[in-house]
Amino acid sequence: MNEDLIEKPEDESRRSFLVNLSLGLSYFSAAVAGIPVLAAIFAPLIEKTPKLWRKVGEVDSFQVGTTNLVTFENANPEKWSGTTASSAAWLRRDATDKFTAFAVNCTHLGCPVRWEADAHLFMCPCHGGVYYKDGSVAAGPPPKALVQYPVRINKKDIEIQTSPIPITNISA
Amino acid sequence: MKTLKKIWNWIDDRSGFTEMFMPLMKHPVPADSKWSYVFGSATLFCLVLQVITGIALSLLYQPSSAEAYQSLEFITNEAAFGNVLRGIHYFGASGMIIMVSIHMIQVYITAAYKFPREMGWVSGVILFFMTIAMGFTGQLLRWDSNGVWSAVVGAEQMGRIPFIGKWAARLLLGGDTIGSHTLGRFYSYHVFILPAIIFLLVAYHLTLLIINGISEPPKVGRLVDPKTYRQWYKEMLVEKGIPFWPYAAWRDIIFGAATIIAIIILAIWIGPPELTTPPNVTYLNTNPSPDWYMLSIFSLFALMPPQIESYMIVIGPALSIIFLLSLPFISNKGERHPIRRPWAVFGSICVIIFVFSLFLLGEESTWSPKFDAKPLTSVSIHSTDPLVINGATLFYKKGCLFCHQIDKQGGLKGPDLSDLALRLTAEDITIRILNGGPDMPAYGGTLSKTELTAIVAFLSSRKFKK
Ligand code: FES
Repeated sequence: MNEDLIEKPEDESRRSFLVNLSLGLSYFSAAVAGIPVLAAIFAPLIEKTPKLWRKVGEVDSFQVGTTNLVTFENANPEKWSGTTASSAAWLRRDATDKFTAFAVNCTHLGCPVRWEADAHLFMCPCHGGVYYKDGSVAAGPPPKALVQYPVRINKKDIEIQTSPIPITNISA
Repeated sequence: MKTLKKIWNWIDDRSGFTEMFMPLMKHPVPADSKWSYVFGSATLFCLVLQVITGIALSLLYQPSSAEAYQSLEFITNEAAFGNVLRGIHYFGASGMIIMVSIHMIQVYITAAYKFPREMGWVSGVILFFMTIAMGFTGQLLRWDSNGVWSAVVGAEQMGRIPFIGKWAARLLLGGDTIGSHTLGRFYSYHVFILPAIIFLLVAYHLTLLIINGISEPPKVGRLVDPKTYRQWYKEMLVEKGIPFWPYAAWRDIIFGAATIIAIIILAIWIGPPELTTPPNVTYLNTNPSPDWYMLSIFSLFALMPPQIESYMIVIGPALSIIFLLSLPFISNKGERHPIRRPWAVFGSICVIIFVFSLFLLGEESTWSPKFDAKPLTSVSIHSTDPLVINGATLFYKKGCLFCHQIDKQGGLKGPDLSDLALRLTAEDITIRILNGGPDMPAYGGTLSKTELTAIVAFLSSRKFKK
């Protein structure tokens, strides 16, 4: 056997230093490269979506007792959002100075509910969820009432606050 | 000739082709593994087809929320063979889901997951779910109204996960609402992330196949004993094994090629699913429904009792995944033949019947209101009494017809009311309309007295079914 290959104590510590150095360097480079990658993955959780009031029409254009579809621009659309830049809501004028805005998403699995004006009911095409005009559940699988968006009267205008798609949680 | 041979020998020697691939091609397999072994490889054939057609589609597709729909119209109507390409990718996905399901059921029924092939099963189960996930994300990339609402439905399911549901939903959609980032994310899931996982797992799945060998057809009374199995299998191969290529592989190739030809024929003959309306979240007159392979789950959502549904959306999939993954650890030895494992056969048949009936129910979707029902006409009113006629008009206007049938017209959600007067008195009818029922809205708050009288008069006139 070659004399040189017999381990000497100082070799041992030098080797383990080099091994640790190489491992440490690879962890470090992986971590540094990983930060922007993780940031891209978790961007939707990191970025705060602003809440903005959007005009959806003039107060006078809605009759008392009616429910109408209104649309408004989302809080942070991009140039490439296209038709997905906007959201919709069902706006009900309960009284002269009282408005309610319902999310269009069924609380069951999020499908778009339709307002059937003559029947005074919201109906969901997906699994047959039905809601009364005040958003409470009338029939079908939905576990809770339609979610409401913040709405306010600003002088002559009626405004809705941009809000997330309502996500129903497990205990609903 | 001689020089050519020499050149080839040099290439082969230095490139290592023979050395790398011959042992794989020639590895011995049990001689009696015949036509029932073709479904796994057919799944692989479909996967390759999906990768190739997927790459071709990606050359034509625009993964941007604003433009994806237009690029789909372009692929469908303008690009050379674009429509066929979409069709192949669609039927290829369908074929892959069918083949992987058959493969999985077969491995279960013949207990091929037992020792030493536990990890083959585990990787296969994950691959099965990845295939479903590819189907879901793929139909969404069509980015028509169905695609957009599928994304919302997916997010709602995520939302049911305890504690982190809201965040999971947000991550899936790439934000609070459907928007610019949603499609980009789903494109990445469908084109990069899921395929990367699938490639790794397929490589692993196939490597295991070489290491552990393909499972021999089961025989009644021949038990798997982890202590002796490997030795026995080796000896069996020496005695009765045949090289995979070409003596076993020809069946795989014939069946795989037939599958692909069938897919192409369907693609030309039937074509891809039609695009629904553009991805406009503010246009609500749509009736979202998933591609066929998601239809059973869709029905399950409609039919589960609402009280437990939110829990079942989480617990159901979690339990089935846990059950499937732990299966080879619960039982990894003993009998393999289906005749000796009647419960496995029975269970599989139950699952197949269950999924298939849900599918048929989903085709009908009786739970959905029939929004396109037409007003009743004199043909089905059978009366000249103005009150009854008025009642029939109201029956349509108030949405009753969306859920109830009169003479074969109307929805199927509630009972057929063609001959209601035979079952209920006018008084009972009134009470039912005013108070509603377990799955019917109460109309007490919305009908005027005259409207109610008219509807009751109409329903009381219903004495026979056509
Ligand atoms: S999503 Fe509305 S009933 Fe299921």
